[in-house]
Amino acid sequence: MEAYISLFVKAVFIENLALSFFLGMCTFIAVSKKISTAMGLGIAVMVVQAITVPANNVVYHALLKEDALSWMGITGVDLSFLALLSCIGMIAALVQILEMILDKFFPALYFALGVFLPLITVNCAILGGSLFMIERDYNFGESVTYGVGSGLGWALAITVMAGVREKLKYSDIPVGLQGLGITFITAGLMSLGFMAFSGIQL
Amino acid sequence: MSGVTAILNDETKKVLIAPLVNDNPITLQVLGICSALAVTSQMSTSLIMALALTLVTAFSSAAISAIRNHIPSSIRIIVQMTIIASLVIVVDQLLKAFAYDVSKQLSVFVGLIITNCIVMGRAEGYAMKNPPLESFMDGIGNGLGYSLILVIVAFFRETLGSGKLLGIEVFKLTKDGGWYDPNGLMLLPPSAFFIIGLIIWSVRQWKPEQNEKVEFKILAIAHGEGGHH
Repeated sequence: MEAYISLFVKAVFIENLALSFFLGMCTFIAVSKKISTAMGLGIAVMVVQAITVPANNVVYHALLKEDALSWMGITGVDLSFLALLSCIGMIAALVQILEMILDKFFPALYFALGVFLPLITVNCAILGGSLFMIERDYNFGESVTYGVGSGLGWALAITVMAGVREKLKYSDIPVGLQGLGITFITAGLMSLGFMAFSGIQL
Repeated sequence: MSGVTAILNDETKKVLIAPLVNDNPITLQVLGICSALAVTSQMSTSLIMALALTLVTAFSSAAISAIRNHIPSSIRIIVQMTIIASLVIVVDQLLKAFAYDVSKQLSVFVGLIITNCIVMGRAEGYAMKNPPLESFMDGIGNGLGYSLILVIVAFFRETLGSGKLLGIEVFKLTKDGGWYDPNGLMLLPPSAFFIIGLIIWSVRQWKPEQNEKVEFKILAIAHGEGGHH
């Protein structure tokens, strides 16, 4: 249990996907102008991440890993080079299914998240989470923890960023630095702040 | 005929040169920043990454453009993704075979070329509407624009952070009896944000037409008029 808590904290703060691995930066910069939209996207990322990382974990361990097909009587086959293709296919399919389920059963949530869902397929944070899961060889329990944790970390980062940018709008910034430039500098400062967590030993 | 080739050359030249500064994918279109920040702590990894991305963008644009009239628009994203992912797998396997160390350092970021917005953006924004040759050139051009920023960032981070460039010593470090005390911050993630922010600032000083529209303007307070009470 302790190992899971440690992994969770590490995924949220220390190895924050947005601020220490720079994943999902394009949307992180583009959609962080208002707190409400940033929060919507954050929640969508968290939900998708919590579903796709364990799903990819199952597929990888049951089909792609070296000798994974031995339950079908086939041995000596290593399909792990297909991991990239299967991950992205899985993500695209799951996002599509999630969109249809939300549309059918939770229309209110669908309208709140609707615009962000298609964006998520090409969000590198989602694919990155699955690839990190494969690289670090997580088991199923760890992959669930990591999926939820890394999604939450990303959501936290983009919400904080949006909060800072809403205030930043009213500050007197040199002309050339306005907009994109100052956003990067702010993200850098936030990343410095998050690095302080790396001293925590669990 | 010569007129046609001249136009073609102009078009090719335009799509090759424009993404370098005037329409740079990173500083202006804000695409593909993830990997630009993550792999730049060393020059060698950045160069490999730049090469990989340029090739994937060029070939995927050419391939997608070649079959653009046969792709039903409702499933075009999946088709593009499959083409891009297949190319990335090829690159990934090549790196593992011939440059294993670099491939280990780049870790998941080679795989993340699939979701790099530059590749998808060019496929969707240019290759779906233009013939294969121009799309190929457009891919190369945007890849070079990306590479330019990557190389600049990596240059500062590696020289200032470890006193080396491509592993060759530039500044002699204090711990080896030299004079340069390396700036450890440059090797850490935040420095990449700062350097990109500063690059954007300098480009916009040079080309003011890239400045963003101001949402909120602070009115100048007239000093000295009402200041006495």
